Amino acid sequence: MIKRKDVEHAAALAKLKLNKEEKEKYTEQIGEILNYVDKLNELNTDGVVPTAYTVPMKNVLREDKVEKSLPRERSLANAPDQKDGQFRAPKIMSD
Amino acid sequence: MNIYDLTIHELKDKLSDGELTAAEIKNAFLDRINDVEDKVKSYITVIDKLVNRQLNNYEENKDGLLAGIPIAVKDNMSTDGIKTSCASKILENYKPPYNAAVVENLNDAGALILGKTNMDEFAMGSTTENSAFFNTHNPWNLNRAPGGSSGGSAAAVAAGECAAALGSDTGGSIRQPASYCGVVGLKPTYGLVSRYGLVAFASSLDQIGPLTKDVEDSAVMMNVIAGHDPKDTTSVERKKEDYTEYLKEDVSGMKIGIPEEYFNLDFDQEVKNSVMSAVEKLKKAGAEVETVHMTDASYALAAYYVIAPAEASSNLARYDGVRYGLRSEHASDVEEMFTNTRYEGFGDEVKRRIVIGTYVLSSGYYDAYYLKAQKVRTLIKDDFDRIFNDFDLIITPTAPSTAIELDSKSDPLTMYHSDIFTVPVNIAGVPAMSVPCGFDSSNMPIGLQLIGPHFGEGKIIQAAYTLEKLLNIKDRRAEL
Repeated sequence: MIKRKDVEHAAALAKLKLNKEEKEKYTEQIGEILNYVDKLNELNTDGVVPTAYTVPMKNVLREDKVEKSLPRERSLANAPDQKDGQFRAPKIMSD
Repeated sequence: MNIYDLTIHELKDKLSDGELTAAEIKNAFLDRINDVEDKVKSYITVIDKLVNRQLNNYEENKDGLLAGIPIAVKDNMSTDGIKTSCASKILENYKPPYNAAVVENLNDAGALILGKTNMDEFAMGSTTENSAFFNTHNPWNLNRAPGGSSGGSAAAVAAGECAAALGSDTGGSIRQPASYCGVVGLKPTYGLVSRYGLVAFASSLDQIGPLTKDVEDSAVMMNVIAGHDPKDTTSVERKKEDYTEYLKEDVSGMKIGIPEEYFNLDFDQEVKNSVMSAVEKLKKAGAEVETVHMTDASYALAAYYVIAPAEASSNLARYDGVRYGLRSEHASDVEEMFTNTRYEGFGDEVKRRIVIGTYVLSSGYYDAYYLKAQKVRTLIKDDFDRIFNDFDLIITPTAPSTAIELDSKSDPLTMYHSDIFTVPVNIAGVPAMSVPCGFDSSNMPIGLQLIGPHFGEGKIIQAAYTLEKLLNIKDRRAEL
């Protein structure tokens, strides 16, 4: 059964902050959902090949040539913060 | 009939007869939006100013398949310079710098794009109540939900706020709202329509399709949006079809399977009676109908609630407050900026699915949940393939009930169950359409689901067109 610390761990992996109520609520709800999901174990899947995509696919390659791309200012137009034609984020390394 | 009640093909006929002008059509739909949008609330963005510019293009594009036809687009399909929010606070002010492939298709066909429709946030939900902005109301009864996640698109079509709309379907998000709102909704075969520019939810399940007032319009819309696109690596290369070729009133000799395990589920008796009575009509029209046995749909639902959140948790990792979208102002370092941006920007259902998805993909659980679900997916796909060796189509209800009341406040698992008939189709990657087949005692529309084999859209359209003629209810409109 999923525990509160599992929810906290998954949220941390997903870089998602959760408040106290959310942690409690999700632990309970996700427990119920996974309980339902457990019915998958009623099916024997020994030797079954997993399916990622339902259409047959191989590697899709294209020629390595430069095609039209977005101009820099349009790529930056939605940026919350930018400087000198680049995305700006808060400091990553500590002082 | 009012102009806004007309179908695409009726509008096209009137345009070519000179009975209506493109300007008259545009004005009729914009007036309709003005009149009823306060009640229905289908649109997040109405783009009336741009519509005039599009109308100017109409003169040069008179031969386009959708020349002068007003279309609505779900707010998870990118529109160049026009807000594409996915009904999420995290993308509230996002204006994509390019068009989705389907939006280019609409433009090339001469369509007038009237606006962007409301939806469940990131297409996660079944009532459109997970929109971060507001609820959409079912045009047949404003206290009821329009379904979801393409609830805005379905409501806009049913209310005459557009001639047709595009939606996206990951587990039923075109078909279930189509059923709730009494319109035709088609989820094409996975890979038939380009997903380029569709904001990703679960990439191996998502597919774009039309919501229309009748089956003929669905065929017309498919002629516009189906086709190979090198920009979507999952897009399938195959010869273009003319789906209007399948508009024939003939199902004689067509073999239709009725899966007993689906009809044995606990669901609304009025829905069951209406679907079975429609099946009888197809039988009288010459279809061979037989009971078939399939894997219980609950296994597909269980696999879906592993696969869809897993893919979503990965796709939604891109919302980090750096390149576009919301950035939290409450952060002293980059880590806090990430976690607070996502905390403030995502709604309840999205967060829940990110946590589930991350959990089932995390070390120690991957094999038990994710790999197991992918194996079950193989079994479900094989199950459909087995039936389609002997049958042309499968018929089920689209949803277990008609439209539910707004603010029903179900727990997540109960809500997920409303997708029981539609989810297996996405898991198998096959096409399916919801067609109105009747009304319940509260005058709410009931939908019947026609499922076909991979790339069997033609057969679906043929049977649906026959059924539509037999039932003769397609001209009924919601009164607003």
